[in-house]
Amino acid sequence: MAVATNPQTGLPDNVMVSRLDALANWCRKNSLWPMPFATACCGIELMATGASRHDLARFGAEVFRFSPRQCDLMIVAGRVVMKMLPVLQRIWQQMPEPKWCISMGACASTGGVFDTYCVVQGIDRFIPVDMYVPGCPPRPEQLIQGIIDLQDKIQREGTLSGKEFALPQRQQRKRALVELPIIGQ
Amino acid sequence: MKSQDPAIRWVDEPKLGLAGKMYLPLFLQGLTVTTKHLVSPKVTVSYPDQEPQIDNPLIYRGVHRLNKDAQGRVKCVACFLCATACPAHCIDIVGVESPWPDREKYPESFTIDELRCIFCGMCEEACPVDAIELTSLYNLTGRSREEMVFDKEKLLSVYEATKDAEPMASVRHGLPTPSSEGTGAPQSAAPPQASPVLQGDVHTHSH
Repeated sequence: MAVATNPQTGLPDNVMVSRLDALANWCRKNSLWPMPFATACCGIELMATGASRHDLARFGAEVFRFSPRQCDLMIVAGRVVMKMLPVLQRIWQQMPEPKWCISMGACASTGGVFDTYCVVQGIDRFIPVDMYVPGCPPRPEQLIQGIIDLQDKIQREGTLSGKEFALPQRQQRKRALVELPIIGQ
Repeated sequence: MKSQDPAIRWVDEPKLGLAGKMYLPLFLQGLTVTTKHLVSPKVTVSYPDQEPQIDNPLIYRGVHRLNKDAQGRVKCVACFLCATACPAHCIDIVGVESPWPDREKYPESFTIDELRCIFCGMCEEACPVDAIELTSLYNLTGRSREEMVFDKEKLLSVYEATKDAEPMASVRHGLPTPSSEGTGAPQSAAPPQASPVLQGDVHTHSH
């Protein structure tokens, strides 16, 4: 049985052509493995998001791994103090690329009410953040919305070679990683 | 302590019958739990398709809005009470002399850092003219810190988007608005604008 040929591409009609980037992005966005960096009450909402009522498994992101080497999505939930920052940075560097970061809640995003010398005024000063979720703490639905938006971003902007991770803005955050002295060493 | 010590009481392990040796009761017990969960009602809220149930949207503390009065002007009188009450210091107001005779000042710029805000609602409580309110928009996300700083136009556009579902407190309670007279505008121009045009891009996701 002969299959008709598409006059534009010259390929048979039962052959679908897509970009390899799109396939990679599709795989990546549907298997986000979160690294829960939960330091405060946002972590409780993070747990609720993973539990059965909100069920993060519906988005393929339920596999909370406590080893950064197995994760590709860091969810920073809670305030990060300056003394915790080297730990955050090390965990971020231990995660293999491609990797993304969600800043969950007011404290992780801007410091929130903790406008003091010992609390990091936004983790995006030190690691690149892809999605901000405001709230104190955000609802689980809001975090799910953040993950949906992140999936959308991965699908639209991701590349197989990961050249979107080499953007100047993101590289600038990486330099901040190097420039910060490791406290206690 | 020696094993012959009389203080030691030796206990024999319980003798298992045939069913116990085959782990059959425990196996059935486990299956019962599994079957129970199979037929029990589902608890998952499938969020993007199904909105979460918010009991009273009027008292929910979500994204802020700046209310407009009957003439379509911003109700805020730039008294800085909300900025003073804010525990996170996320409100920034620049007050200038008002062009209208019914008040001394109005906000030339009114910005709220939604990322620093903790949604406590103290600004709403502090406001003497019912100008700032918290809506029931709960699923705000953003891709940069800059876009999460809401300026006056954006906050007013949130009002336009939510005023029908959530009328402001003075309207709900039928209170007279202090700035409803002496504006020089003809009274026929009083009804609010019919077309809610979003001036800024409000990054909330309504389904």
